[in-house]
Amino acid sequence: MEWKTNALGRAIPLKIEGRKLVPFAGAFADPTGAAIAASKDISTQSGKKKLRPVPWRGKPDKLTKSWDDLFDRLDIHDGATISFHHHLRDGDAIVLEVVKRLAERGIRNLTLAPSALFSVHDALVPYIRAGVITKIEGSMNGAVGAACSRGEMPKTCVLRSHGGRQRAIQDGDLKIDVAFIAAPCADAFGNANGLYGKSACGPLGYPKPDSEYADKVTVITDNLVSYPCLPWAICGSNVDYVLQVESIGDSSKIVSGTTRLTRSPTQLLIADLTARFIEAAGLMHEGFSFQAGAGGISLAATVFLAERMRRAGVKASFAHGGATKVLVDLLKEGLLSSIVDLQSFDLDAVRSCAENPSHVASDPFISYGPRSAGCVASMLDVAILGATEIDLGFNVNVVTHSDGLLLHGTGGHSDAAASAGCTIITAPSFRKRIPIVREEVTTVTCPGEVVDVLVTERGIAINPRREDLLERAKKADLPCIKISELLHDVREITGAPELPRFKDRVVAMIEWRDGSIIDVVREIESI
Amino acid sequence: MTEYTPSTAGTLSKSDCLAVYRPSKEPVSVTVRSSVGRLFGRSIEDTAKSMLGVFGVKTGLLEIDDDGALNLVLSARIETTLRLAGFELNISLPERDRTFSAAKIQREPSAKQLPRRARLYIPGNQPNLMINADLFGADTLIFDLEDSVPPERKLEARILVRYMLSDTHLFRESELAVRINPIDSSCGREDLEEIVNSRPQAIVLPKCESARDIQVLDAELARLEAREGLPLGSILILPLIETAAGVLAAKEIAAASPRNAALCFGYEDFISDIHSSAGERSLRSASTPANHDGEMPHSSSQPEALLAKQMIVLAARAAGIDPLDSVISDTEDKEALRSSCEEARVLGMSGKAVIYPVQIPTVKSAFHPSEEEIMQAKAIVEAYERSVVEGKGTAALGDTMIDVPVVERAWRLLNDYRIGD
Repeated sequence: MEWKTNALGRAIPLKIEGRKLVPFAGAFADPTGAAIAASKDISTQSGKKKLRPVPWRGKPDKLTKSWDDLFDRLDIHDGATISFHHHLRDGDAIVLEVVKRLAERGIRNLTLAPSALFSVHDALVPYIRAGVITKIEGSMNGAVGAACSRGEMPKTCVLRSHGGRQRAIQDGDLKIDVAFIAAPCADAFGNANGLYGKSACGPLGYPKPDSEYADKVTVITDNLVSYPCLPWAICGSNVDYVLQVESIGDSSKIVSGTTRLTRSPTQLLIADLTARFIEAAGLMHEGFSFQAGAGGISLAATVFLAERMRRAGVKASFAHGGATKVLVDLLKEGLLSSIVDLQSFDLDAVRSCAENPSHVASDPFISYGPRSAGCVASMLDVAILGATEIDLGFNVNVVTHSDGLLLHGTGGHSDAAASAGCTIITAPSFRKRIPIVREEVTTVTCPGEVVDVLVTERGIAINPRREDLLERAKKADLPCIKISELLHDVREITGAPELPRFKDRVVAMIEWRDGSIIDVVREIESI
Repeated sequence: MTEYTPSTAGTLSKSDCLAVYRPSKEPVSVTVRSSVGRLFGRSIEDTAKSMLGVFGVKTGLLEIDDDGALNLVLSARIETTLRLAGFELNISLPERDRTFSAAKIQREPSAKQLPRRARLYIPGNQPNLMINADLFGADTLIFDLEDSVPPERKLEARILVRYMLSDTHLFRESELAVRINPIDSSCGREDLEEIVNSRPQAIVLPKCESARDIQVLDAELARLEAREGLPLGSILILPLIETAAGVLAAKEIAAASPRNAALCFGYEDFISDIHSSAGERSLRSASTPANHDGEMPHSSSQPEALLAKQMIVLAARAAGIDPLDSVISDTEDKEALRSSCEEARVLGMSGKAVIYPVQIPTVKSAFHPSEEEIMQAKAIVEAYERSVVEGKGTAALGDTMIDVPVVERAWRLLNDYRIGD
């Protein structure tokens, strides 16, 4: 047996039972980490983040003095991938601040990996034109999406759902150099949550995968509290640096969700039909669960569904997705046993998430993870979702408009659709003059395979795959219509739209949850 | 050579467009700006060109600024602007009917005896509110050309309503009516001139004060029905009584024409006409702003209008037609709406006007007999029939004697129930 002395002069065998032994070199020398970092096998393995050396004794110094100090320590290079999250929604000030400062430092060719963008981020367009940002992976909305459609982004972008983004990070398809996490509440160690402070937003789930897999993780807060910041939605053990700033965003736009019921008669009609359908289809049974967004139709559908639950004496086990005052009130009333919340839309929801143990904060892996052993969405009996277009095969588009412009992100749409027991799309059959029902959607983001029902103001179209649902809806005298007839009816009203004209160049690819490409978006011809 | 004037029609709002004509010596041209231009730009231009042809426009510039107007709205706005500019239809009547689809309208005249529990008022110049109006289950849809349309917009509204009435895809469920302007104004007659060929099923006549008002409208309708080749008497009249004089003449008004299908009450104008302070009171307590009719929310109990309502009920029932109640404009308060309907039903009214579609289900169910009422009516009829079979002179339900009027009421309720859906 061969022996070697370690740093303390103790004799250590070089190998025992096949295992190569690394001699102790000092409490913080970390020879094993250095070996792993040096090994080609592992450092080239995608998905593995760069190893941090074993920390020195005592309290780590993560708190940076200023933006410049932060960027000096981060040492970001041209071509880096930086990630952001949309829990501050239209109130977010961090994305623009970071991009502006990196541009000033002369950094170019960045890939942005936001979980979603809002109209406040339209101001990114000049940085795209200047070559500071050359690619986006994740989600594109508004002016940024339009710029991508016009071919202004030099590289091909990638669009993913919330679950798909988490999977891409986990699988190593999306390698993040630096994650910037805007935190409404954090300590100097990097523990953070979204529940407290002037910028409180509710759950802080979207940045979770980034915090676990990005090479460097930065928490930026306008509410530095003493250690430990509890609860820690983001665990400081995953965080390298913390920066305290005056403000991370405009709180009036962070929780701006209006819980006032829509006054649009058409939206109310669709919502009413949706609730009627859910009851008639037998989905509204004791202990059932549902997901409905915070849009006008979804919110009204939730209200109408609750009326039916009350009348029928039925309680739901949980509601999933975005939380609003409407859901919080149902939780208090006892019509809901719990809320699994990925994003709070108003202050009532933020407060409830902080105070009510039955209102639990979730993250993309737990809610939608494609590599999970089942996610919260898998437990849903019904999901109520929107669409910009739906076609005769029930394929759905949520990212482009019929004129070919990329204007929305996918959000949790495909994850919820592919997981829930019954997927209902609610939409007006035409908006202004633009039909929602098409022969073929402009872009497929979700296959008809997982879409069961379309509810419009001109009738309910049920995927022929779901004969069970069709039978029940007909029995309940609901206005059922074949989707081809609906297409015909709408055409009679709107006329047939021209098809958008595209160039050959692909500007963005749409990833299905598993990483396969379900469709591509091409550059639009200018008019 | 005719001088044409610069003109504008429509609005730049959702589902509408602005059509502007600028006269010049240049050959006619069209410019289109549209929020749906990538999808409908060519179609909009084609529509514009065909309208220019129909009106024989050879010179000038037509500008369309569009926010997703349906083709019929575009046509209505372009027609309005060209007529305002001084152009006239360049084609014969039959050709006009072919062009403007009037000949294609397969719409049966409406029946006098229809349930008109909920009649929905739709402002006559707001395309986005009109397009889906047929979907909400109203028994009667009333396109309004009167109070919801400012004087300078009357022409474009009546042209728009004409196009809407002609569209058999958008409107096929509810009875279709138009509230014209008062018949003693030139405006009211112009409304009729414009819309009759698009086959409205009923005309709501506002500020109706005498039998003569109805007779004038009746004669005017007869003349226009003859001109358009429609069956004589096919267009019904819904007189709207909303003044003291009107209430006092209710009996004569109700009997003034066989076209009369129901007698309607208009609360807001009425209380203003009788100098009631109820309006000011509800103004002060109003929690919601004025709706498009300028009417304010009011509480459900209306002592100031009780006598008027009762006179209208008596006049209508004596003439064999239904009396119909006024609107309640508070959308939020479902309970207030329901109790207002119940009060009206107690008075003998058969329906109510609404201005928000969301009110329709409540109103329809309130004017529909309840399960309990139906059960009781069936029991009464059965008890009566049993007594006849058994040869008894009197019938009883439990300890209560059943009189003939009670049986008649029960019969009618069951009968009405079959009429309603």
